[in-house]
Amino acid sequence: MTTPLLHVEQLTMKFGGLTAVDAVSFTAERHDITAIIGPNGAGKTTLFNCLTGFYRPTSGALTLTHDLGEYLLERMEGHQIAHQARVARTFQNIRLFEGMTVLENLLVAQHHKLMRASSFLIGGIFKLPSYRHAEEEAVMLATKWLEEVGMADKADWLAGNLPYGDQRRLEIARAMCTDPRMLCLDEPAAGLNPRESAELNQLIKNIRDQHGCGVLLIEHDMSVVMNISDHVVVLDYGKKIAEGTADEVRNNPDVIRAYLGDDEEEEA
Amino acid sequence: MSWRLSHDGLREVLMVMMVAMLLLLPMVGLRTVDSSSGLGIDLHIAAVFWAVLLIGLGKKSLVAARENIPVIAYPAACVMLLSGFLAPLPTGFLEFFALAGGFICLTNAILMTLRGGRPISKNSFGEGMDVVATKIQAATPQVAWVMFAIVVALPFVFPDRYVLDVSILILTYIMLGWGLNIIVGLAGLLDLGYVAFYAVGAYSYALLAINFDLSFWVCLPLAGILAAFGGLLLGFPVLRLRGDYFAIVTLGFGEIIRVVLINWYQVTGGPDGINSVPRPSFFGLAEFTRRPSGDLPAFHEMFGLDYSSIHRIIFLYYLILVLALVVNFLSVRLRKMPIGRAWEAMREDEIACKSLGLNRTNLKLMAFMISATFGGFAGAFFATKQGFISPESFTFIESAIILAIVVLGGMGSQLGIVIATLLVIGLPEIFRDLELYRMLTFGIGMVLVMVWRPRGLLAVREPSIRLHGLHGKGAKS
Ligand SMILES: Nc1ncnc2c1ncn2[C@@H]1O[C@H](COP(=O)(O)OP(=O)(O)O)[C@@H](O)[C@H]1O
Ligand SMILES: [Mg+2]
Repeated sequence: MTTPLLHVEQLTMKFGGLTAVDAVSFTAERHDITAIIGPNGAGKTTLFNCLTGFYRPTSGALTLTHDLGEYLLERMEGHQIAHQARVARTFQNIRLFEGMTVLENLLVAQHHKLMRASSFLIGGIFKLPSYRHAEEEAVMLATKWLEEVGMADKADWLAGNLPYGDQRRLEIARAMCTDPRMLCLDEPAAGLNPRESAELNQLIKNIRDQHGCGVLLIEHDMSVVMNISDHVVVLDYGKKIAEGTADEVRNNPDVIRAYLGDDEEEEA
Repeated sequence: MSWRLSHDGLREVLMVMMVAMLLLLPMVGLRTVDSSSGLGIDLHIAAVFWAVLLIGLGKKSLVAARENIPVIAYPAACVMLLSGFLAPLPTGFLEFFALAGGFICLTNAILMTLRGGRPISKNSFGEGMDVVATKIQAATPQVAWVMFAIVVALPFVFPDRYVLDVSILILTYIMLGWGLNIIVGLAGLLDLGYVAFYAVGAYSYALLAINFDLSFWVCLPLAGILAAFGGLLLGFPVLRLRGDYFAIVTLGFGEIIRVVLINWYQVTGGPDGINSVPRPSFFGLAEFTRRPSGDLPAFHEMFGLDYSSIHRIIFLYYLILVLALVVNFLSVRLRKMPIGRAWEAMREDEIACKSLGLNRTNLKLMAFMISATFGGFAGAFFATKQGFISPESFTFIESAIILAIVVLGGMGSQLGIVIATLLVIGLPEIFRDLELYRMLTFGIGMVLVMVWRPRGLLAVREPSIRLHGLHGKGAKS
């Protein structure tokens, strides 16, 4: 049996007296979409922040294994996790470089590659051929992802001027431009209309199937994730209350109680 | 069309005059003087009277313009303007006040007429300025070439000591502005101590040249490297700080450097500074003196000219011009390179940068080092131009002026910095006659710019790269 892409063991994150994530363990496979669901305040975003180095976990182990090596995420800095362990993420409240264009956003994501090609300064200042070539390639990759998310004609827009749905998709495209092995999406469907939401599901499936990138997907509305996730982990008050396929989870009495008890309006 | 102000308008004018009277009576009307029996008080009723009258006239013109009554607006403004020239006003300040006020009122009246009586709201004014700024920004290449031609030709058109001195001063500040712009405009870090790098460059040059007898051309890169080292030194402790804290630490750094310069007497000469800093030679080929003391020939002999002290000034002028252009070239390139985009991204959102694997520590250090190098070059030039340096040249006010230039220009805009330097350094220099009021007008000007254009004069950002060319679809929006 091969090692899973991500192995989370006994992850705990405390803020003072509040335990936002409480001894959570699960695994995520390489070619799967793993959904993490749970009502508001269940600790999903906190779990992501631990995974991507924004918080240092109180205890627990996070192991990421892929073709580039094995990484102990809980010991790494945030920018190393993105750059070396190749974990990319999006944010629940979108974080784009709003004053920069769409294309620039996507090029910033390819910073390390371009930096190396610019020989750290000299190649770029004198526009050496190797640098120009690398920049062309970076623009090509950016264009490819813009086409994938259906925004090819908006490359020169200011990111802050895009409609909301485009901003969500641009954030995903930007994350993918870092060439990740695992993509963490924090409520990507929030605020989208049903048509946009369906397109988004298709996009996420493509990322899993065509780019060999594992997807970790946070969603607090259960119905959205049910038809695309291969594996579902349910959190409530920081604890894992259930895990399994979508169908198993849907019929789990604890899950039903968590959702109906605390979050009735969401299921309505 | 009415010929008289409305009731409300009239009341407004009277109110303003009342308030002015109450304020000015103690502030202007009573003045303490030395008298034989101690401190006495002089009454200056005439000054108050004139000031209140002028304020009333100005307000009347403004109100009339707002109510679209040009017959009142224009004469009132003109009377105000003329009284600045002709009337025997009691103080020079009142004359200046009348001139400036009259000018503002007249402009306001003309604008109002042009707009057919529609009032100018702050928003529409801002939008109008945005359009102008965008046009200027778009014409940058052309403007730059014209400026370049003027600047290159200047020493031949005006071989005048004063003109060249002022131009050298302006070019130095432009260079400093472009240097600081990397930290403030691109990386978005508020640096209040840029003068520290300027000082390090100046002292490095002076000490190296005096103690080791190195030529300017060897010292220049060394001064840059030492300043970069200073940037590194400052960079490390401030990396984790943000916003206000960052600004305060850089402010402290600037002061520390100055205090060290004052107190490290054995090396820096303390408050006395360093005298007789070597002048640059003509690329190590000739000297700019009447009778060369060393082995080098004199410049004028070498070229068969008559001796003139202006040769050295012209040489310095071209020297700073080349230095400034190099800094400009490098900044423009850097902005379009991955590192420049990363700096701007960091300015926009540090957290998103972290999620994309950008090492903010390294990026900030790079910004500091590059920017410090440019400051160091400028410092070395300053030292060789002055021939004398002392800690007094590197006070906080210098940092503040350079920062004002960057902010005023519209953060990140190369051309904006040139325009801002002309305003901030050039205008006060031209209006030196106004003496005391120079700083006052400078302050008023800054306040006005911040009210009307809070993001700077040319605050339109040009993308570092475009996919669909300049007029691509959706480029605006
Ligand atoms: N930085 C923080 N400091 C203190 N409490 C936090 C912090 N981040 C999250 N929390 C708390 O942790 C709990 C889980 O939050 P979060 O992970 O954002 O939930 P969600 O599942 O909705 O994403 C909430 O009670 C929240 O208030
Ligand atoms: Mg959340």
